[in-house]
Amino acid sequence: MKHFRYLFPLLITGFLVACSGNQVKPNDTEANASGASSSSRALDSESSSVGIEDQQGVMLDALDDPANPLSVRIIYFEYDSAEVNQDSLDAVRSHGQYLSVNENRMLRLEGHADERGTREYNLALGESRAKTVRDLLILEGAQPGQIEIVSFGEERPAVLGSDEASLQKNRRAEIVY
Amino acid sequence: MRSLLLSIGFIVCMMMQPAFALLEIEISQGVESALPIAVTAISSDSSPQTRLITQVISADLHHSGLLGVVERERYPDGLINKKQVEYQQWRNNGIEALLVVSTQPISADQFRVEFFLYDLVRNKRSLAHTVNSNSQSLRRVAHKISDVVFKSLIGMRGAFSTRIAYITEMGMGKEKQYILRVADADGHNPRSVFMSNKQLMSPVWSSNGSKLAYVSFENERSEIFIQDMASGKREKVSSAPGLNSAPAWSPNDQQLALTLSQDGDPNIYILDLQSGKKRQVTSHYGIDTEPTWSADGDSIYFTSNRSGSPQIYRLSLSGGKVERISFNGRYNAAAALSPNGELLAMVHNNGQGYRIGVLNLRNDSFHVITDGGLDEAPSFAPNGSMIIFSTRRSGSTILSAVSADGRVQQQFRLQAGKVREPTWSPFR
Repeated sequence: MKHFRYLFPLLITGFLVACSGNQVKPNDTEANASGASSSSRALDSESSSVGIEDQQGVMLDALDDPANPLSVRIIYFEYDSAEVNQDSLDAVRSHGQYLSVNENRMLRLEGHADERGTREYNLALGESRAKTVRDLLILEGAQPGQIEIVSFGEERPAVLGSDEASLQKNRRAEIVY
Repeated sequence: MRSLLLSIGFIVCMMMQPAFALLEIEISQGVESALPIAVTAISSDSSPQTRLITQVISADLHHSGLLGVVERERYPDGLINKKQVEYQQWRNNGIEALLVVSTQPISADQFRVEFFLYDLVRNKRSLAHTVNSNSQSLRRVAHKISDVVFKSLIGMRGAFSTRIAYITEMGMGKEKQYILRVADADGHNPRSVFMSNKQLMSPVWSSNGSKLAYVSFENERSEIFIQDMASGKREKVSSAPGLNSAPAWSPNDQQLALTLSQDGDPNIYILDLQSGKKRQVTSHYGIDTEPTWSADGDSIYFTSNRSGSPQIYRLSLSGGKVERISFNGRYNAAAALSPNGELLAMVHNNGQGYRIGVLNLRNDSFHVITDGGLDEAPSFAPNGSMIIFSTRRSGSTILSAVSADGRVQQQFRLQAGKVREPTWSPFR
């Protein structure tokens, strides 16, 4: 299941942030991974191996640059809305352009909702959010085959809590490379 | 996909041992006009079997809200036997019905349970029955007695022998477990029928009560499974690209309405369980989901945001006509139809939180019958008297039941975990 990441020339130096390396093919048989921890959580455990490469002076991917718009991996939404806010547009466009240039990279968009409203409606809403982001990526030149979509509705909140600040963090689409 | 019979795997678990965390029920609001009934053993019977049976029946009748079980202090003086009842004395104490129970052992683990129901207003014995039971089936026998007593006194079939299924979420973080459970209608005797470390949602009983359909994320995406309650066998029936969710059995159990997004936006499809063929029945941009069938199978109620916010719509399966049903409030979703087809319960929000609302389809009257902030997943009892749903209480989620007219509310308290998405079984 593990794929080695492709390394691209370093754009801006900087320390590594915890990000990603788990490439996912569209329609990848996730069943193989079932039982393991949730794939979005798997990101954390992969960051350390990349860190060693950094110490050895290996060139870094733009994805790993904390100053690059690509470091934004979570897009937030308003209540019962699947529209991408103006504030998030730059980040989404950067990911689209990145995919367009790096044709062998893939990503998964995970759509989520806050706890308000019914679970089934929220599952559909999470998918709508992921699809809005996908459509923007494609506008920037990404190929549909580079993008996988999954919705978890309100089933996997990022934070617990019912205050507006918590709910806001849960209405999101996560970009997972 | 029909052939894809899944064996019972590492996350599947048929646990038959009695669970320790029982649900308690408390009634938060009663009915003044409840018919006063005494439920008692005959004076010569102090057996634990009779005590259990009278306790279970008392709780059943009390929880209906329609019967008021009177305390022993209100009984008239004198012995209680099954042959002779001093009607006038009981009536003088304000008691209108008397249920007398006795149990005799007939072998090591076999009992003969007798019960007599007296109508103290009309001075007559209205029921006299004998049932055999072993020690394991005493609760079931008690629920059966509750059913016939309720029918005799209220004129409506009792639903005390039915079951509820629900999802329990236990533990935190990586230890989190999602458990599909089935319990008696009074919350006792919960059994875990499926367990996973990934999310489960939307359980729903087949129309004949032999199977549950539900959504599982065990493969990191939503897929629909059907599980047979007798054998525990599971079958994956839908795993199309995109959403596979919101299963709803047709009245004859041969089809499953469900939500798929394989062709773009989430729409309602009908899956023929024999052939595995799928037919798309709604086609609209935006979200269509949460289908539920009318009793005659001719139409499907569903949630759609085609007007901007979620509302309930009805689709005629013969003509394909879609009409909007809900007009009260900005959020109406997850419709549940009463067994007689007259009432439509739904999750309703008009700015005061998510509550259960009931729309009378005959006269279009609409009433909000709960007062929570995040009440969800309404499901009717098969006799239409009560609606079970999930509600937030002090940071956790518990089950609650409310009479369809909103007058009686009771809560099922679980001692551990969050309990949600109840679905009430049909009659057995």
